[in-house]
Amino acid sequence: MRRIVKGGRVVDPSQELDAEVDVLIEDGQVVRLDENIEATAEDQVTDATGLVVTPGLIDIHVHLREPGFEYKETVRSGLMSAAAGGFTAVACMANTSPINDHRSITELILGQAKRHPYARVYPLGAISKGMAGEELAAVGEMVEAGIVAISDDGLPVMNAALMRRALQYAQHYDLPVVQHAEDLNLTGDGVMHEGEWSTRLGLPGIPSLAEDVMVARDLLLSADTGGRYHVAHLSTGRSLEMVKEARRRGVRATCEVSPHHLLLSDQLVAESGFDTASKMKPPLRPQSDIDILRQGIVDGSIDAIASDHAPHHQDEKDVQFSMAPFGIVGLETTVSLCLDRLVGGGMIPLSRLIELLSTGPARVFNLPGGSLRPGRVADITLLDLDRQVTVQPDRFKSLANNTPFAGWQLRGAAVGTLLAGEPVALPEDE
Amino acid sequence: MSDEMVWRRKDLLGIADLSAQEILMLLDTAESFVEVAERPIKKVPTLRGRTVINLFFENSTRTRSSFELAEKRLSADSLNFSGSSSALSKGESLIDTARNLEAMSPDLVVIRHQHPGVPHLLSKRLESGIINAGDGAHEHPTQALLDAFTIRRHKGRIEGLKVTIIGDIEHSRVVRSNIHLLTKLGAEVTVAGPRTMMPEAIDKMGVAVAYDLATALHDADVVMMLRVQLERHQKTLFPSTKEYFDLFGLTPRRLQMAKDDAIVMHPGPMNRGVEISSAVADGQRSVILDQVANGVAVRMAVLYLLMSSRSGGTEVRP
Repeated sequence: MRRIVKGGRVVDPSQELDAEVDVLIEDGQVVRLDENIEATAEDQVTDATGLVVTPGLIDIHVHLREPGFEYKETVRSGLMSAAAGGFTAVACMANTSPINDHRSITELILGQAKRHPYARVYPLGAISKGMAGEELAAVGEMVEAGIVAISDDGLPVMNAALMRRALQYAQHYDLPVVQHAEDLNLTGDGVMHEGEWSTRLGLPGIPSLAEDVMVARDLLLSADTGGRYHVAHLSTGRSLEMVKEARRRGVRATCEVSPHHLLLSDQLVAESGFDTASKMKPPLRPQSDIDILRQGIVDGSIDAIASDHAPHHQDEKDVQFSMAPFGIVGLETTVSLCLDRLVGGGMIPLSRLIELLSTGPARVFNLPGGSLRPGRVADITLLDLDRQVTVQPDRFKSLANNTPFAGWQLRGAAVGTLLAGEPVALPEDE
Repeated sequence: MSDEMVWRRKDLLGIADLSAQEILMLLDTAESFVEVAERPIKKVPTLRGRTVINLFFENSTRTRSSFELAEKRLSADSLNFSGSSSALSKGESLIDTARNLEAMSPDLVVIRHQHPGVPHLLSKRLESGIINAGDGAHEHPTQALLDAFTIRRHKGRIEGLKVTIIGDIEHSRVVRSNIHLLTKLGAEVTVAGPRTMMPEAIDKMGVAVAYDLATALHDADVVMMLRVQLERHQKTLFPSTKEYFDLFGLTPRRLQMAKDDAIVMHPGPMNRGVEISSAVADGQRSVILDQVANGVAVRMAVLYLLMSSRSGGTEVRP
């Protein structure tokens, strides 16, 4: 079976390609990129005229909530949300119930993903049993079952000895150890960034130090063990500077940043009148941090943009700010936000954005995809750079609608995805 | 009160949103209610037939009694809900509690809650007017108004005064509302306290910051002492009440560092021997009990003005 994606502009940073070429796909793989590939009568054709064709976008930080929290999100709804947002693959965190700390949970998640093949799923396993931060989880077994990295995300690994062991042990499987970098003692009962706005609002603050202290510690551990270390949802300028500096010394450290940390500041908590859609971890930071993170987007020091898609039920978020759970959804807003605010705003070229949303994420977690080179899997995202969209949470495919971007008018959107060369079709009216 | 000025707000959520003119209107209105407390029959029919709900999720004796008295003196029908009673302790969500109360059609809801922003959340959901009687460490607008009212009665003005606020700045809603109010009216505000109780970037609210009493008290016209919340913060923020008193307790001798005619205030309840010595608390300069008395008049003014905005700005004179 052959398919030709015709007439589009292919942007693939993995081969420094930005050209109007067709993509020939056979048996789920990219075979050839060329100008005007002739279609025979048997060939299927995807018309990409006026669209941008990119290697499938990958979100390496997603909470699918299944098993255990199906009222927030399921594998099915999460993958529909991913596809609607232009992602062909997501990496999902282990903080389900039960926690993904052994192979049967990994297998359950992958089994659900197989039943609802709107996007690929790459599970992360927990670092510690029960995410209790004491003993290593069954990492090897989970690798056999299909995990691509380990993380206790949602919680940090507070115990330095355990983190050291994890960085050592994960090297047997060449896995990155993904840290939710937060010193919980410094966080205390904090609910937003500690600074001018927490002071004005009288809300307990989470200091930047809570992240920085943990990143500093982990970089030392990573340097010493030689383990691969990845900072999830990095949010402070100082943490980014430390990662860059460590990398110059040869430390195997990578990092991801979430769109909201590039676009929103802690002032939003005040401006929105304590709206719980402005509450997440790490918290929204001040402009001075945003500026440094944006510089990292431009200069290449940030490896990936990841949404930290964190669905919560409306009833959970519809409470006083201090009581609301942390987190916002992001699968269906990330691409348009980045196209409009980062590319449209002239901060970065489109190819850099594709690097941050596809090539980079694939590299960080050693995933297939991230490239349309011949021989690679034909996971493809189609973008319409001119499409005007308004963020409408009630129309999300996700079960959740906790987003601070409701009503934002954005230019540019994902308009379709292909998995192994097959267009992904989503059920209507869901 | 100037003739052209009409109160238009549905709620009193905080001082941060108010203009200087609105603050002055509240203070001027309160002046006219002081006299009611001096009558043999301390009641006016202003809010007859109106319903006010006092919804207190956090314990409070002083503020709640003050509001209740203000409501009674205005002839309003008032109803008390406390955090330990009924549904509030049975896991009902805040929004549901509020909706249930709303179904009883109150005109005003006075709310005290331990979490910042709760009055703001209710104001988005309820038709009733909302009065913030203290939300966590965020704001306590009627306290700041009664403080300003008391200062003005003793000093004749607010503008140009040097006001020093001493204590647990980080966890105080009183200090935040006072900073907003006093700076809007042109006072010069200094906050002082242990470094462990000083919130980040407090200077961005337009105040000077001091970490010792000598600097803080120098030249002060008004000295406002804050309650140290022993029950919550003692363990991590300072080693002992004795050390606190040694560094920041207000004694007659230390008060001499302020201006000769400086007044001493405290929002209560006091910890004698921790933040303030009895000699100062009960001394000539103390206006602490005036604050309490003025609280009723100020709250009558707030209730009256918010109600008048609900009646479409109709004049209802005391």
